[in-house]
Amino acid sequence: MSKYLYYPGCSMEGSGKAYHDSLMPVCEKIGLELQEIDDWNCCGATEYLGINKLPAYALIGRNLALAEAQANGAKDIVAPCSACYLNLTKTDSYMAKKDGVDELINDALAAGGLSYEPGQLSIFHLLDVIVHEVGLDTVKKNVVRPLTGLRVAPYVGCMAPRYDYAKRWSDSEHPLELDLLIEALGAEVVDYPLKTHCCGGHMPQISPDTAYELIHRLVDYAEEVKTDIMVAICPMCQMNIDAYQNETNQHLGTNHKMPIVFFTQLMGLAFGIDEKTLGFGTELISAKDALAEIGSEKTVVKKKRPRKDKNALPMPQPLISKAPTREKEISR
Amino acid sequence: MPHLSPKTEENTKLIEYVASRTGRDSRLETCIQCGTCGGSCPSAMDMEHTPRDVFALLRAGERETVLSSNTPWICVSCYFCAVRCPQEIKIPDVMYTLKSMAITKGAYQDSAASDFSQTFVDMVENYGRSYELGLATRHYLRHFPLRLPSMAPMGMGLLSKKRLNLKPKKIQGIKQLNDILDRAKELEAA
Ligand code: SF4
Ligand code: SF4
Repeated sequence: MSKYLYYPGCSMEGSGKAYHDSLMPVCEKIGLELQEIDDWNCCGATEYLGINKLPAYALIGRNLALAEAQANGAKDIVAPCSACYLNLTKTDSYMAKKDGVDELINDALAAGGLSYEPGQLSIFHLLDVIVHEVGLDTVKKNVVRPLTGLRVAPYVGCMAPRYDYAKRWSDSEHPLELDLLIEALGAEVVDYPLKTHCCGGHMPQISPDTAYELIHRLVDYAEEVKTDIMVAICPMCQMNIDAYQNETNQHLGTNHKMPIVFFTQLMGLAFGIDEKTLGFGTELISAKDALAEIGSEKTVVKKKRPRKDKNALPMPQPLISKAPTREKEISR
Repeated sequence: MPHLSPKTEENTKLIEYVASRTGRDSRLETCIQCGTCGGSCPSAMDMEHTPRDVFALLRAGERETVLSSNTPWICVSCYFCAVRCPQEIKIPDVMYTLKSMAITKGAYQDSAASDFSQTFVDMVENYGRSYELGLATRHYLRHFPLRLPSMAPMGMGLLSKKRLNLKPKKIQGIKQLNDILDRAKELEAA
């Protein structure tokens, strides 16, 4: 068992409940012990920084200080929400520069009897921990029900691999971590170049039309490449694409019906955990039809490769066929 | 085209001021106007000025135009521009600085965006956690009342799936948190 301090973030208690409910049993299976940071507070999402910079960092600093005090041994924090992860790593890395910001933040924290020494903790996104720390071999060992036949679009979203303050991801625009994980579960990864495009963030609240356009693009492309289901690694992405999809349809006259669930839900499914425990059924665009694809052999029929014409031009290979060979490259 | 800002010293030093408020390594002054940021930006189509435009306006000292532009508010902090910018300018951080400057000056007119941030901050200062139901209803009632009926099915859907809490959760250390935030505000104002 490796121990991690767990920073859930506000969404996990509400709209992202299925993420929380699925990651708990999944982490237990792969040997991750999560210890929640006591009395943590909101990370400020993308809102607080625009109002007041220093209080925004102090808000995040309180979480880091609480985590450091609670650490005894475990020095790693894991955050399942990409926005929380970004805020925590950003504050830690800005403080580590020691250019005065760290002193100001600590001055503020002292008003609450707290302090934080930057660099004391390592901060990870849950997907990163599973792929790079636990490892895909352990994941594969736990698969009892391979997701054969399910075509999955790996939707990473923007805030985990960008800005990548902690230098953890294989690429900031086309990271492979999620592809490799989905493959390890036996599912088929569709080539999804929009994987790190924006879900709209807080736009449904600020400029709904902007949000509808962004959601439409993501879902439309997924449909075009015959995706059965999209997976998310962030509660904000899942919420926007799931809960605002019908709104998007109404405003743009489209007819999208693309389910999106959390990657931990698919892991749980492959690990043989029952659907209800994993929070299936709480999505607004039902994943039921997609899940019926599991076990259908329609896509595993190996096509015979046509004999190569000596004079033919070389064709670009889809990403998925390259993924396993890159696995070595990106594992640390 | 809004009228030009006067060439006061405050305005001619605008870009330096924004850079220093953003943090020492914002690198804002190094912008070469290549346009990579706007070309990468998923929401550029809804922005009054692309990020590149904004930085040109900052250099030109056009304070009023920049602070009343919707650009920082339309920015979704996706960091696409930041990882592609050849000068490694911390563009989203600059956008945050511009938002807080616009709020202080009361310059930005469309209040849906700044109000959302403020409502969010109020929730966090009252409870220590954000509270999605309160946030959404308060915000939509104020800014998109006509959209509420079409939002209702979604809200009901989330509620029936137990994805919205009816009551906010309050952290135990709420006083400690506010002491910290108050001190931080003092320090920022200093
Ligand atoms: S990408 Fe960077 S250098 Fe190019 S215009 Fe944008 S901010 Fe300036
Ligand atoms: S961070 Fe903001 S300005 Fe930059 S690409 Fe994303 S939305 Fe556009």
